[in-house]
Amino acid sequence: MALLVENLTLDRGGRRIVSDLSFAVEDGTALILRGPNGAGKSTLIRALAGLGQPSAGRIVLLQAQKPVDIADQLAYAGHLDAVKPAMSVAENLRFWARFLGSAEVGAALDVAMETFALGPIAQQPAAMCSAGQRRRLGLARLLLAPRRLWLLDEPSVSLDVATVATLCGLIDRHCETGGIALVATHTDLAVARKETLELRPPERPAPGTGQNGLVPASGGAMDPFLAENIG
Amino acid sequence: MSVWSYANPARFMRLSARLLPWTAALAAGFIAIGLIWGFFFTPDDFRQGASVKIIFIHVPTAMMAINIYAMMFVASLIWLIRRHHVSALAARAAAPIGATLTVVAIATGALWGQPIWGTAWAWDPRLTSFFILFLFYLGYIALWSAIEDPDKAADLTAVLALVGSVFALLSRYAVNFWSQGLHQGATLSLDRAQNIANVFFWPLLTSIAGFFLMFLALVLLRTRTEIRLRRIRALQLARAAG
Amino acid sequence: MDGSLRSLLGRELILAVRAGGGAGLGLAFFLIAVLLVPLGIGPELALLSRVAPGLLWVAALLAALLSLDRMFQADLEDGTLEVMATAALPLEGLAAIKALAHWLTTGLPLVLAAPVLALTLGLPPAGIAWLVGSLALGTPALSFIGAIGAALTVGVRRGGLILSLLVLPLYVPTLIFGARSVDLAANGRDPQSAALLLAAVTLGTLGIAPLAAAAALRINLR
Repeated sequence: MALLVENLTLDRGGRRIVSDLSFAVEDGTALILRGPNGAGKSTLIRALAGLGQPSAGRIVLLQAQKPVDIADQLAYAGHLDAVKPAMSVAENLRFWARFLGSAEVGAALDVAMETFALGPIAQQPAAMCSAGQRRRLGLARLLLAPRRLWLLDEPSVSLDVATVATLCGLIDRHCETGGIALVATHTDLAVARKETLELRPPERPAPGTGQNGLVPASGGAMDPFLAENIG
Repeated sequence: MSVWSYANPARFMRLSARLLPWTAALAAGFIAIGLIWGFFFTPDDFRQGASVKIIFIHVPTAMMAINIYAMMFVASLIWLIRRHHVSALAARAAAPIGATLTVVAIATGALWGQPIWGTAWAWDPRLTSFFILFLFYLGYIALWSAIEDPDKAADLTAVLALVGSVFALLSRYAVNFWSQGLHQGATLSLDRAQNIANVFFWPLLTSIAGFFLMFLALVLLRTRTEIRLRRIRALQLARAAG
Repeated sequence: MDGSLRSLLGRELILAVRAGGGAGLGLAFFLIAVLLVPLGIGPELALLSRVAPGLLWVAALLAALLSLDRMFQADLEDGTLEVMATAALPLEGLAAIKALAHWLTTGLPLVLAAPVLALTLGLPPAGIAWLVGSLALGTPALSFIGAIGAALTVGVRRGGLILSLLVLPLYVPTLIFGARSVDLAANGRDPQSAALLLAAVTLGTLGIAPLAAAAALRINLR
């Protein structure tokens, strides 16, 4: 399996975030996305997860040299934990296990709870969880149904040292079994088979990029109204 | 060169700058001729007296009120399929004009209805449909102004315009089912036997053409404004980034 | 996918009855709205029974509107919607299940409570039967049309007001055919044509609404 990204260009809110980005990730690799705020890490991960259309370029997941539907293969964990405060920790997990189509709900639940030490708070309403506990609950979702492609956006935020180590171990095991992980992070994760991709904010964009011709390209004739009022 | 090339904002700005004065002048001319002809050089109706002459405003505004919604439907469709910004912005520009003309149509109808039916408002299918149409316009305008990201707003309002068109048509027929009305049948028809008398026909047609041209001029002007607003936004974003 | 749909419906129902879920609020609103009208226009039963079909239908409409704004918003705010959108289940299915859950927790209670309220308003028995029938046929459309409005306004802060402005005009055909069928039946006339048209509107809505709502959600998740 391999994830191919070719000449990807991403715009958000009329602004160019990622410009002409190409890379490939083979199975068994954890690709660490790094870069300053505004470099487009989250936007890239969201685009890979299918949230939003690329303005140009393409994203392909190849399995045995054939493109496959990415939605069947991916697990996404964003900034928000997708936890319902009105349900207990166990109920939250059980819902996701069923929703994501886990084969053995009971067994998957046990493994997830065990790994992220959620057992003691299983019956507690999620509303009473601390930020770290909520994050653990959100990450435990990754273990409920097997997915080949993990897309993790700042997964280590609000986790304690021990849980970060657990997370790194999980990513390692995921890669060893032929998975791919893309992880946007600001901290150093001790992951064995990692490659790093440095993202930079695009060069100062010319007015009009991403506007589909709403603004004449730089050097083009400026609207007189604009010239008078903005310069 | 295909017609779509005019959907390029820069090309649209150049073309519309040249068209706008002509359209506006023609609109003013047609409306002036239509109204003066209609008001002063047509006979009074034998039953309705001089009050019939409000027809020269009432009918054109009512026709435009409906057709502008149809235009917004088409523009939304073009935006969703071909992603031309001019199309989305033209739909946005048209909505307040449509809402205003709907109000004018209802108000002139009330002025006409007062002496003829003895009441300014009746829960008649046509009147009620226009009331509902006005609410559709309001919802559309409100959704545009509620969403900050302009492309997102364009997409969502386009979805609303498509869904709204289906339900607006449905409402029109539902309202017929709900009540039989006071309102007379269509005034203009291609079937000449049903048409109003010739003396009214030509000034009415002139006035309709005038109101149509006025809409065209206004929508060009407002679309130009919307494009400039988008340019300002783009420049501000570029400046903030740089 | 079957399991996804079923688990989602189960979760929606659980959340609706838990604290802050709002199941029953629509019903309570329905009761209060119907109580207020006799207080406003007087206790004369002949008058009340004449306005009862329209009154009950309008009250049902407003009650259905009440809990719409949270249909997708809570899930957007806590990230659930994002995760669901990246899963294999199409958003169309998600929207349909959400609307169905809204009908089960808001529309269905109205259908069940309506005959009691109709009795207090003096609606004749034939009218009561058709009231229940028409509400059963029509309230699903209210939930599904509402899903479109909820999806369009999911990203708007304090979107409840705009939601009402968008959705209420779309309710017009359902209201007309629904109330008219009850009115015809109560006056001893044949309500069949109105009821059939009502069913047609509902069926059409069940087809269109999930598509439109999913399209709106996709746009809002970008």
